[in-house]
Amino acid sequence: MAAVELLQTHDLTKRFGGLLAVEGVDFSLPQGQIRALIGPNGAGKSTLVGLISGRIPATAGSVSFQSRDITRLPAHKRIAAGMAYTFQITSVYERLTLNENVALAVRRVSPGSEADVDSQVADALNHVGLEDRRHEVAGDLSYGHQRLLEIAMGLAQKPKLLILDEPTQGLADSEIANFKNLIRSMAGSTTILLIEHNMDVVMDTADFVTVLNFGNILAEGTPDEVSANHDVQAAYLGTADA
Amino acid sequence: MSDAQKSLTLTVCVIVLLLVLHFVLPAYHHGNLARIMVLAVYAMGFNFAFGYGGMLSLGHAMFFGAGMYGMGLVMQHLGWPAGPALIAGLVSSLIVSAVIGFLALRTSGVQLMIVTLMFSQAGFLTVLYFGEWTRGDEGFVIQQADRMLAGIDLSNEANRYLAGLLLFAICLFFLSRLVQSPFGKVLVAIRENEERTRMLGYDVGQYKLIAFIISGTVSGVAGASYGLLFGYVGASFASVQYSILPLLWVLLGGAGTALGPLVGTLFMFYLIDITSGYTTAYLAIAGLVLVLLTLFARHGIIGEVRRRWLKWLP
Amino acid sequence: MDFGPYFVLALIEGAVQASVLALTAVGLSLVFGVMRVVNVAHGEFFMLGAVLAWVVATTIGAHPAIGFVLALAIAPIVVGAIAVSADVLVLKRLKYDPENTIVATIGLLYIIQQVTLMTYGPDARPVEAPFNQRLAIPWPEWGEGGLTLGWPWGFGTTSYKLFVIAAAIVLLIVLWQIMARSKLGLVMRATQLDREMATAFGIQVDRVYAIAFGIGAALAALAATLIVPIRQAHYLMGADPLLLSFIVVIIGGLGSLPGTVAAAVLIGMSDGMISMFFSPTLAKILSTLLVAFVLVFRPQGLFGSRGR
Repeated sequence: MAAVELLQTHDLTKRFGGLLAVEGVDFSLPQGQIRALIGPNGAGKSTLVGLISGRIPATAGSVSFQSRDITRLPAHKRIAAGMAYTFQITSVYERLTLNENVALAVRRVSPGSEADVDSQVADALNHVGLEDRRHEVAGDLSYGHQRLLEIAMGLAQKPKLLILDEPTQGLADSEIANFKNLIRSMAGSTTILLIEHNMDVVMDTADFVTVLNFGNILAEGTPDEVSANHDVQAAYLGTADA
Repeated sequence: MSDAQKSLTLTVCVIVLLLVLHFVLPAYHHGNLARIMVLAVYAMGFNFAFGYGGMLSLGHAMFFGAGMYGMGLVMQHLGWPAGPALIAGLVSSLIVSAVIGFLALRTSGVQLMIVTLMFSQAGFLTVLYFGEWTRGDEGFVIQQADRMLAGIDLSNEANRYLAGLLLFAICLFFLSRLVQSPFGKVLVAIRENEERTRMLGYDVGQYKLIAFIISGTVSGVAGASYGLLFGYVGASFASVQYSILPLLWVLLGGAGTALGPLVGTLFMFYLIDITSGYTTAYLAIAGLVLVLLTLFARHGIIGEVRRRWLKWLP
Repeated sequence: MDFGPYFVLALIEGAVQASVLALTAVGLSLVFGVMRVVNVAHGEFFMLGAVLAWVVATTIGAHPAIGFVLALAIAPIVVGAIAVSADVLVLKRLKYDPENTIVATIGLLYIIQQVTLMTYGPDARPVEAPFNQRLAIPWPEWGEGGLTLGWPWGFGTTSYKLFVIAAAIVLLIVLWQIMARSKLGLVMRATQLDREMATAFGIQVDRVYAIAFGIGAALAALAATLIVPIRQAHYLMGADPLLLSFIVVIIGGLGSLPGTVAAAVLIGMSDGMISMFFSPTLAKILSTLLVAFVLVFRPQGLFGSRGR
């Protein structure tokens, strides 16, 4: 398979005061892959994703998306260019209905007729199994269902790249199993960048894994290669407080 | 009936009711209601930014004043007729709200409140500073002979009422449509969760600026119309008090509701009208209502009705 | 006459203005620093202080000095008590939500102002100064014998104005000592730095807030009592101190007593001087615009990231 790089970063760096949160990272993600980004707490995972999505301005380096330099683009333009982003801490419109939550995502991408929007909303909610609750208010959903709603909002944008920031955090085991199925169902159609703590999820869903430690890429490889890597094991054991 | 149809029916009923009142109200209340309708337009303009966009400005008097002075000054000093003068009022409030919005919307929350308050105060003082043209606190009267629009004498009480009603109806329909449109829905989304909306790919800054300009311009049109219909332009309309009043009306009637501004303006107008019969310190009532609203009724009258009984209310 | 004497006179007027402003602004700054809320009714506490000073001085009816000293003690205490009750009855119930608090204090502003109008009336009334000797100020002149000191005609100030400056300096030092040394000051600074931590250490945050709000208002009332022999008490006199305090607090940086005092001196002096040479309205336009622009282009400043 000829790898077409969807996303590339070059020498990407972020400094917070005296702290180097991300240091000269060269990262590339081919089209169609499900990539997991793992690493101990404070390794710079969320910062890296923030730099990619534009929520955090870079200190140095560049980001390109579909071979286009997007380093200077504000976050909303990067999203409009085909990224979708789900927050680490669930962020939905709690006082609006599920329908309106997803419709807001749909309308930005394809501002068509209400009927058209409606059917796309139904599709997205269907995909995560929330279609029968579409007229409920999002704030009334359980935490796990809110996470699913947020993923539906991501899917509804038909993104080229879907960024999921710790999507299984706080989910029950049964919900995690459903989530894994959901990810696998997207395999092939969507490129996914998944920040994940749960190694079980990573092993079951990711095609390829990038390990971040102290703001640097420590190792990359298939899930099996990475889990056999001594440096990775040392990094995790070194901060064994989980 | 769907919720949208119910809302439309209700809106039409309110307009028809106001038209019927034109024929039955005694002169005193007829005159009051004419003023209330124009002031309610000001409140609706304020509500668009605050109730739907979540942008709390304490400086809308500068837009109301920009409209009023934009209209009044060209009539007074350049001898423009009423029609073009109204447009001058609209344009002047549009420009002022675009400039102030561009600057002030770099901030939000408490900071936005203080920044708009300060800009508005500077605007008010500017009116006083150029007293030679504006006649400062004293203000100036727009002569009865000049208050003609398309051959209609706006100083006539019946015409004045109908003109106020027409303006109110146009703004009510225009803003209701806007709120129902995709633009309005994104605006509400920004109010509910700004960061989420940005990360859905919407240019939040631009949406807010456009909404702020619409809000300021509607307020300015209200100011221009008020000056023209009631024949007086004065600095007090640009003072802090006139920035606080629309906030009071909207909080009382219900922020983020279509009819809240009218209801709030109506109630407050009569509350002050009745109180001022007993004391010159009628503003104490305004202060008291403001405190009680923040303490006990954050949703306002229409907002409370919607929350408890009629979920479909616009 | 030369420019020089005018300049010295403007300097003294500016210093009087700065002294009163420093006390008032420190009160506003304390409230914002500790409680993280903007009190729009601060100017009305100032006005209330002036009006109460008049009430006390008139009721006593003895020697002006006795009336004044009593006013200096009573007005701040009464105003402080009113502020504490406003805090407990209103702000506390709003859980100090920043936006709601502004709206509510706007309401308080109107209530205080209008109730004063109903009771005290619309007139401006003076309070007699406890002492008020005219003082001539020497000015160097070039004469036949070289440099000599002269007393230019009609040029001078009063002993009371110098007293106001001295009193403000003493009061600010006392306040500084209280904040730096006393247990109350420590508790307030702790609450300002980290509210949750303060709670964890057993500080009763609600009580600290009420006290801070009371002290803030009392400082405004104290400043007003000092100035009322120079300027008369009037129910609308709160607007200017409010605006100027805002400017000072925003320019000076928050919660910082030295910063606030420095900004008060800067603004007070320049306001007095600008008003002397230019139109006061123009001076106010420029200063309100200054505040707006500082807030717009320094968003990380006082209201920004530090708010919790």
